[in-house]
Amino acid sequence: MVGAEILYTVAALIMNYSSEAGSKQQLQPAMPSIMIEPAGSKFSLGLREIWNSRELFYFLAWRDMKTRYAQTAIGAGWAIMQPLLTTLVFTVVFSYWAKVPSDGLPYPIFAYAAILPWTLFARSLERSTLSVVSEGGLIKKVYFPRLIIPVVSTFINLVDFAVGFIILGAMMLWYHVWPTWGIITLPLFVGMAVAASLSVSMWLSALNVKYRDVASVIPLVTQLWMFASPVLYPSSMVPERLRFLYGMNPMAGVIEGFRWALLGKAHPDWKIVLVSSGVVLVLLLGGVIFFRRVERTFADVI
Amino acid sequence: MSDVAVKAEGLHKRYRLGSVHGPQSAIGLLSRGMQGLFGRNTEDCETRSIWALRDVSFEINRGEVFGVIGNNGSGKSTLLKILSRVTEPTKGRVLINGRFCGLLEVGTGFHPELTGRDNVYMSGAILGMKRREIDRKFDEIVDFAEVEQFIDTPVKHYSSGMYVRLGFSVLAHMDPDILIVDEVLAVGDVRFQKKCMGKMEDVGHHGRTVIMVSHDMSAITRLCKRAVLLSQGQIVREGSAYEVVNEYLYMGHIKPFCEWPDLLTAPGDEIVRMRAVRVKTESGTVTEGFDIRKPIGIEIEFDVLEEGHVIVGQFSVQNEENVVIFIVNDRDPAWLRRPRAVGRYAATAWIPGNMLSEGVHTVSAGIMTEDPFRLHCDTPRVVGFRVHENGTGPTARGDFTGRWPGAIRPLLKWTTQYIPT
Repeated sequence: MVGAEILYTVAALIMNYSSEAGSKQQLQPAMPSIMIEPAGSKFSLGLREIWNSRELFYFLAWRDMKTRYAQTAIGAGWAIMQPLLTTLVFTVVFSYWAKVPSDGLPYPIFAYAAILPWTLFARSLERSTLSVVSEGGLIKKVYFPRLIIPVVSTFINLVDFAVGFIILGAMMLWYHVWPTWGIITLPLFVGMAVAASLSVSMWLSALNVKYRDVASVIPLVTQLWMFASPVLYPSSMVPERLRFLYGMNPMAGVIEGFRWALLGKAHPDWKIVLVSSGVVLVLLLGGVIFFRRVERTFADVI
Repeated sequence: MSDVAVKAEGLHKRYRLGSVHGPQSAIGLLSRGMQGLFGRNTEDCETRSIWALRDVSFEINRGEVFGVIGNNGSGKSTLLKILSRVTEPTKGRVLINGRFCGLLEVGTGFHPELTGRDNVYMSGAILGMKRREIDRKFDEIVDFAEVEQFIDTPVKHYSSGMYVRLGFSVLAHMDPDILIVDEVLAVGDVRFQKKCMGKMEDVGHHGRTVIMVSHDMSAITRLCKRAVLLSQGQIVREGSAYEVVNEYLYMGHIKPFCEWPDLLTAPGDEIVRMRAVRVKTESGTVTEGFDIRKPIGIEIEFDVLEEGHVIVGQFSVQNEENVVIFIVNDRDPAWLRRPRAVGRYAATAWIPGNMLSEGVHTVSAGIMTEDPFRLHCDTPRVVGFRVHENGTGPTARGDFTGRWPGAIRPLLKWTTQYIPT
């Protein structure tokens, strides 16, 4: 949830900035006045509006939480089962059989520390790609900032993520892996993981409105994407000259950062982290702009 | 602060059929790309768009109950979607002063797995209510919906009536400055509909602006002061709700005559068949418009095919609320209880001037035989006419220009005596 707060702070800062710019309007809260017209050349990110609908954000997230595990037998247990089982399988296959190195760390914890942010990312992609289309009923009936939809679908995964952290803590105790002072930067990397998930989610959810192919292709994409990220293997296995290109994958930097902040991995590749951060920022900004551009036609296309 | 609540200026909305129903798959996209290469695409796109709204402008004042009427496909829904910001106009703009609530559907945002309580909060939040506001109104909402007992049951177990009542209740308690109502009154049982109507009237009286879309013309005339009539995306009439409703009914299905040139398909049987029904003036002109002071002739023309029956024409007159004003049978003394010979007859009845109210009236005509009674044909609302008043001359209304209710409007004889005390 720390990531969420960081994002909020950032959002609030941007909003304050934009409110200064738009202070000429001086809207009376009692009698708000709006102008509906074709957006045309005028364009705003509309972050203030999103900030004003934060209660709707909470309610949508709360609804998703409440209905998510409705009529399931072990409910939130799935949040723990999935990454644990994945780690188990990976450990057997990649560590015992394939002898993949793990930067001197016990392989299970090495893998789990990556699976945690990776699951957040992959789930966000899967959920939010479908999110706008599945809220079609709402979109066609009532106005609210549409951007909230993929944002909720991404943030909701932070709950599973937080539960997963408890397991990580237990594993660290078990393997006697102690965090270094680097752990204080963990919120930054959580924020980066959320931002990476959010940025891709915005693109995909908006694209899926018009091209439903996106939803079909996502499982394949996330699978391949995982192999392009240092989840199963250390980034040190990537040839030095390819590191820059490798960093273009936003999750490469996120996972690298996680391993370093949590497990005190000896030699993180800061080049990867830096390139990834840049890519995340560009994707995020581009995602918001793209989403805002196409959201106007959502109701006509869904 | 101005008195205008909603101001629409030159609204246009174009739907591109090509992109909506067209390539939504990669193959479609590829094929369109190919078409583009051969340069046939652009022209195609131009022709495959429709204007759902064309140059729609209107103003709604604060506190006004404003009606929007029109046939299906006339652009009403598109207009509402633009007003509630679901979709944006292609051209033109709307200024909205005040907190706005698009009420396009009852139960917006309801999730079947959530309880009634949760859904009240959910739906309220989606419609733009603050949590504290919902807290404050919660009991009132549940009370109005009459679902206290089931408030903690998931709504998937609700009856459709309960679901709709709860949905409406949330909307009704939104407390917006401007409210859109689209056919919601057509839900629930009659008793709940009345309750909703009451609530709507209430809303209107509290200085709020209501935009109402309905096919129920009596609701429009009852609740709205002004209205617009949309047809093929354009406003064809704007004015008092009463006038506009008349115009709509007129546009919809009335014409002053109906003729059946083919004897075999004309309504009736082997004894008698109807050949024409006409609405005419004293001078014999067939027309749909009548001055309220002038008599209106209803003519039924029929062919008698078998000799020896006592044949009686009849008709009824309905007003725009579908209330039957009267039913009459042919009581012409010349033909009373007298069998007719084979041949064509035209029977005309005269409705005196200063009898019917202003507005559109429809006529249902029939032919029957007496002794034994048998109805040979019945043509519901086959013709219609409009009664108007131009405000001069001796009428019940006199110089008053406001709305004048009443199914009939007789000019009665009044006598007054001065009583010295």
